[in-house]
Amino acid sequence: MKVYIRSIANVSPQKTFNSSLFLNEFTEYSDNRLTCIEPDYNELIDLKLGRRMSRVIKMSVASAFACLKEAGITDPDAIVTATAYGCLEDTTVFLTNMVEQDEEPLAPTAFVQATHNTIGAQIALLLKCKGYNNTFVSGGASFENALVDAMMVLAEKESAKVLVGGMDEITDFSQVVLNRMGLYKRHPVSNFDLFKFNSKGTIGGEGSAFFLLTAASSENNFAAIDAVSTFYKPGNISETAQQISSFLNAQSIGSGDVDLLIAGNNGDTKNDEIYLELQKTVLKGIPFVNYKNLCGEYPTSTAFALWMGANIVKTNSIPATLNHNRTSKSKINKVLIYNHYQNIFHSLILISSC
Amino acid sequence: MSTAVFIAGAGVISGIGNNVAECLDRLVKGQTGIDTISYLETKHRGLLPVSEVKLSNDELAVLSGFSPKVNRTAMLSLIAAKEALDNAGIHDIPGLRMGFVSANTVGGMDKSERFFADFLTDQSKGRLRDIINHECGSITAIVAEKIGIRNHISTISTACSSSANAIMYGARLIKHNFLDAVIAGGTDAITKFTLNGFNTLMILDEQYCKPFDENRQGLNLGEGAGYVVLLSERAASLLKKNPICTLSGYCNANDAYHQTATSPEGEGPYMAMTGALTMGGFQVGDIGYINLHGTGTQNNDSSEAAAIKRLFNPVYPKMSSTKSFTGHTLGASAGIEAVFSALAAQQGLVYPNLRLKTPMTAFPFVPETVFSKDPGIRHVLSNSFGFGGNCSSLIFSKL
Amino acid sequence: MDELIADLKEQIAEQLKIKNIRPEDIDNDEPLFGAGLGLDSLDVLELIVLLKQKYKLRVTNAEDGPKVFRSVRTMAEYITANRVQTT
Repeated sequence: MKVYIRSIANVSPQKTFNSSLFLNEFTEYSDNRLTCIEPDYNELIDLKLGRRMSRVIKMSVASAFACLKEAGITDPDAIVTATAYGCLEDTTVFLTNMVEQDEEPLAPTAFVQATHNTIGAQIALLLKCKGYNNTFVSGGASFENALVDAMMVLAEKESAKVLVGGMDEITDFSQVVLNRMGLYKRHPVSNFDLFKFNSKGTIGGEGSAFFLLTAASSENNFAAIDAVSTFYKPGNISETAQQISSFLNAQSIGSGDVDLLIAGNNGDTKNDEIYLELQKTVLKGIPFVNYKNLCGEYPTSTAFALWMGANIVKTNSIPATLNHNRTSKSKINKVLIYNHYQNIFHSLILISSC
Repeated sequence: MSTAVFIAGAGVISGIGNNVAECLDRLVKGQTGIDTISYLETKHRGLLPVSEVKLSNDELAVLSGFSPKVNRTAMLSLIAAKEALDNAGIHDIPGLRMGFVSANTVGGMDKSERFFADFLTDQSKGRLRDIINHECGSITAIVAEKIGIRNHISTISTACSSSANAIMYGARLIKHNFLDAVIAGGTDAITKFTLNGFNTLMILDEQYCKPFDENRQGLNLGEGAGYVVLLSERAASLLKKNPICTLSGYCNANDAYHQTATSPEGEGPYMAMTGALTMGGFQVGDIGYINLHGTGTQNNDSSEAAAIKRLFNPVYPKMSSTKSFTGHTLGASAGIEAVFSALAAQQGLVYPNLRLKTPMTAFPFVPETVFSKDPGIRHVLSNSFGFGGNCSSLIFSKL
Repeated sequence: MDELIADLKEQIAEQLKIKNIRPEDIDNDEPLFGAGLGLDSLDVLELIVLLKQKYKLRVTNAEDGPKVFRSVRTMAEYITANRVQTT
């Protein structure tokens, strides 16, 4: 049974929200921190209902509702969200209060919103959606888990309309901590130059992308999702290659059938070595583009990649801004998204044209 | 798509015991695990009763095999997951595609809150090793490594229904033929973050909680971990011993009423219970025992009771809340209660609802107050209803 | 009392992040909950925090909430009646 992406909405560090043009221009960031270009929430969220919402909740509500609006529906049957960090800002507010006020009772709203399922829950509340509701917090495989869950819901009920979203935010706290952990570049780097230098570290990012999935074919669909897979801490590059091979074989295709690879290179030398090596073997010869120069590095970044891939398949074109100067096929039929997050979680998503 | 999912093994650690046998013993004897705070360093010690696992972090490290530098949530998880795995007897079944679906709400917060206290004074302070496993997903990953599960690792977090959704997701991965065996459940340690959070919400009882009592004053927090090993029909047929029971029904619904409160008529709970019954092809009279969510808060207990009345009226199964023993273990609660419910289905056990003095006047049923055995019980319903309206119910059936 | 009421309106708006109306436009006697401003049980908790932080008053039972927080005026009256006077 095929699963289709009917509609998408994406709040990201690029002009991706409510934009009729697909990546016709890029926004530059020079401080290793790509923060979302946020819409005017006053136009999208009732102030009375939205007053408590922290930034990541607003981003997610806005993208969820825009996704539903584009599909012309107000009553999804299921809502599945994915976030590795949850509502970091609320967590930080509560922790700060707790420490500074020596455990005096304070900040009840921040505590409630620090639960990871609050985003999916608030969307359900606003829609009065009483259907299946789940939240995955599986680090770099969160979004993929959510997709698998959504695909199972559709296999169990073909008529279902499933809203799936992946989101993570960057905060002052996370920026400092992840920097201390050595995740980011030592010196400020423009995202435009992310893949130019051979150096340690990447740049921070964030985003919220929602997809409306159905089992119903329609000329309005963006793309079909053929398969999703994740694997964990492969022992070596051969094992990674084997996983990718098996994934493609299970879809009865070889690398020659993949028209485009969207790869999760993030500008860190060690991180990107893996892609380089794979492009000598199992991914050899596949035209590719990157995406983390657009959205930065964060655990649910494959939601951005899926948005990008789905748009490429739907328009059958790759935006010139993606600097894609390799020969590509005239018909982009199959797109493989391959990403790994710190070589811990690896993920594969295969989509195809409808 | 095959329909049967078997429960082959169970593992648990909670305030009433460090394994299944110890917990069962206390349940039978009616001995609560709620007490004054002994291990958590908090100014609420002596003021707020909790049900801590009666082991320090150093002792948990020895029992789990983790370093004491690892957070408490992960140590609890590993202990219970290992017991479930050992208990299941699947080590010598070849070629099993195995997965680990674990839930939690606090992640490594017991260590992170220490990091944060130092970090607040100076952003270059705080030991990074205290924050490295902060994320909910990290807990699952480091435990998976220890129990030898690779690749199919998932973490779910839906507040108090987390583990139920983990068990449901695991069962569905089996039914859709992605996996043959899944260790599913959840874990959560008590942290200052959660203790203070719930205190801020003014839903903690300063006395020992009394679920479903007319004069209930709130919940007591608990901690622990509970896992079941789910098997496909094919894998279960290769077992040398009988499975414990089957997972015969489940449902996830959303109350969509308020961020923290459940609707007074218990719409979400009603939908979750009804959905589980429908899925299993059951009538209400098939349920012999309900393991209630029963936190002891005004709101949950009345909403849950309203839903039960709506669904079961006029004939009610036996029911009780084991949170009167374990406290509310948040992300672990549905996992711990799944273990209790699976054993209840297998052995016809009915656990008591402790400290129930005055039944709720609005409802025509009263939870059981003494332990009993009822060999006629065939199907057990386990409820878990959380913040964000996330309501889940599971049904366990005798073989 | 008028000054207290004016201050309270600002503080309520800030604590509850009310942006759809100006603090000075909150009616003194308008119900804060249900209709009116449409606040809910989570807001009661925030207002309890406000009373404690700004006025050093503890509302120990959340069920007293509806009485104390019925309107800005009842809040002001509660504060006036209960706060410790400093000379």
